[in-house]
Amino acid sequence: MARSTTFRLTFWKLVFLFLMAAGLYATFIRFTQGLGASTHLSDQFPWGIWISFDVLCGVMLAAGGFTLTATVHILNIKRMHSIIRPTILTAFLGYILVCLALMYDLGKPYNIWHPLIMRNPHSVMFEVAYCVMLYTTVLALEFSPIVLERFNLQKPLKIVRKILIPLVICGVILSTLHQSSLGTLYLIMPEKLHPFWYSPLLPVFFFLSAIAVGLAMTIFESSMSSKHFGLQLELPVLQELGRALVVVLGVYGILRLEDLANRGALKLAFHPSYETYLFWLEISLAIIVPLILLAQPRVRSSAQGLYFAAVSVVLGFITNRMNVSITGMEGSTGVRYFPKWSELAVTGMVIAAGFALFGMAVKYLPIFPKEEVVPGVASEQENEVPEAVLEHAGD
Amino acid sequence: MSKALLYDSTVCIGCKQCEQACATQNNLSYDDAIAAEDFQSAHKLTVVLTRKDKFMRRLCMNCQEPSCASVCPVGALQKTALGPVTYDPSKCMGCRYCMVACPFSVPKYEWGKLIPKVQKCVMCPDRVSQGKQTACAEICPTGATKFGERDELIAEAQKRIRDNPDKYVNHVYGLEEVGGTSVLLLSAVPFETFGYRSDISKDPLPMLTYRVLSHIPDFVPLGGMVLGGLWWITHRREEVALAEGRPAAIDEKNGGKR
Repeated sequence: MARSTTFRLTFWKLVFLFLMAAGLYATFIRFTQGLGASTHLSDQFPWGIWISFDVLCGVMLAAGGFTLTATVHILNIKRMHSIIRPTILTAFLGYILVCLALMYDLGKPYNIWHPLIMRNPHSVMFEVAYCVMLYTTVLALEFSPIVLERFNLQKPLKIVRKILIPLVICGVILSTLHQSSLGTLYLIMPEKLHPFWYSPLLPVFFFLSAIAVGLAMTIFESSMSSKHFGLQLELPVLQELGRALVVVLGVYGILRLEDLANRGALKLAFHPSYETYLFWLEISLAIIVPLILLAQPRVRSSAQGLYFAAVSVVLGFITNRMNVSITGMEGSTGVRYFPKWSELAVTGMVIAAGFALFGMAVKYLPIFPKEEVVPGVASEQENEVPEAVLEHAGD
Repeated sequence: MSKALLYDSTVCIGCKQCEQACATQNNLSYDDAIAAEDFQSAHKLTVVLTRKDKFMRRLCMNCQEPSCASVCPVGALQKTALGPVTYDPSKCMGCRYCMVACPFSVPKYEWGKLIPKVQKCVMCPDRVSQGKQTACAEICPTGATKFGERDELIAEAQKRIRDNPDKYVNHVYGLEEVGGTSVLLLSAVPFETFGYRSDISKDPLPMLTYRVLSHIPDFVPLGGMVLGGLWWITHRREEVALAEGRPAAIDEKNGGKR
């Protein structure tokens, strides 16, 4: 299998090396000359793509972690078990990269630890900082069995297994809090954010869309993995995720429509403007296209149909986060923001690093089950870890 | 108790001595080129704007309930009881949420520096705490910028409008905006002429986030209970199914688990 994909790998390696080189050069500029030289940020537009994409989208794209751990460990839906490890890996990498990207954006990154001792409980940013810090720790612990297994460390493995359920519960609560709080960040600026996006329901929208993206990302990443690592596709599992996605998107869509109508922003949607176009792009990709696709049983049950619907949802909500943080803010600030090459280079490097680390983890760690885990065996839930150990000990 | 500034633009002669005094007070350089800049920046914390024959100052409003202090995760920005909204650069980590959140877009950033600070008018807290006036009020040759007790200045501003209704727009800017500010403005022409927004909320903006944040202490135990309950139900269901179907398995399970 490795032989047949040699050419492909070489091409992607080239892309990767290019992104890394550009990113490192941009890093050099950022940390030797400051934010002014490395970004198009200004007094009028102080938050750019490093916040919009790397942080807002990054946290959203990593939402599969809490969505799926809750499904498997709390709701005890065992069919989903086979995809939980790659999802946790994605989430863990996502949060590490979010923290890394924050180091670029903060004016004084060496003060990033300040919220630990300088507390302002009235600040949403303070809450987000704490939740992200704690949740990254939770993810590290949820991820740790994979590493511990690899090196066959039974004692710590036992400890982690014992605290798994409380850990999962903490993870779900922390995620609910900070996923919604990224929307709450914008509640304090009603006169600045465009009425398409400013809503008292912002926290609810951010949370619901995080769940939708969590499900979509899981479908996306399972499809990609099956293609690139030659694994068997878990079609029934993806179909189930697709059905859940329909429900979440439906609820989100109805709430969004109702909210726009209540605030009288709906009529603006038919006035051609810069904001209107991007609003419709977002709504089409995030809600309309995937709902139309998933409404058809033929599409819903096919691997390719699910893949396209998931990609549309992910792109749609990326557009949503960019709209809230960039498009929607441009009108009131009176300036247009477009990232500088170095901002794009850093973001590109972060994404490339994400893909590379995922690939490496799959290669060196027991991420994907070697065989299908037998569903319906009662002891499996509790004994998940030892079973997997046995599995790999035999290799 | 709480101090404030009253700026009456009809008395201002546009001499820009307040700009100079402000620069000196904050250790910033000031020359003809900077004097000609007509916007606030990290090196110019107050600016006297000119539109035809009218003048208007722009500076930090030092809100009664400031958004910047509310959003700052590390409490680098603080509202003091005396009125000034102060800034401690040693706490700041440079997230710039204050700049995004400020309804007047006042805080500015030292983009060119490797170790940047937020810059804004902080209403001369050192002088005010010593019982002195702010630098801009002290230097003002016409009394256009006046320093004093906020309550007294409000009464005076309203009296000036009452005595000369033709001279002023009937509005004390800063009396009610975002719940009131420590800088009060009087003008002969609409405030929008100088970029002051008229559509600003009368309620303090920090309430908008606090309404949501204050639910967190309730949410955490509730969420924990619901999730724990769900876990118990789904696993209990499984145990029951096992007990009914395969009695051997449950022994094994309990033995392994407890």
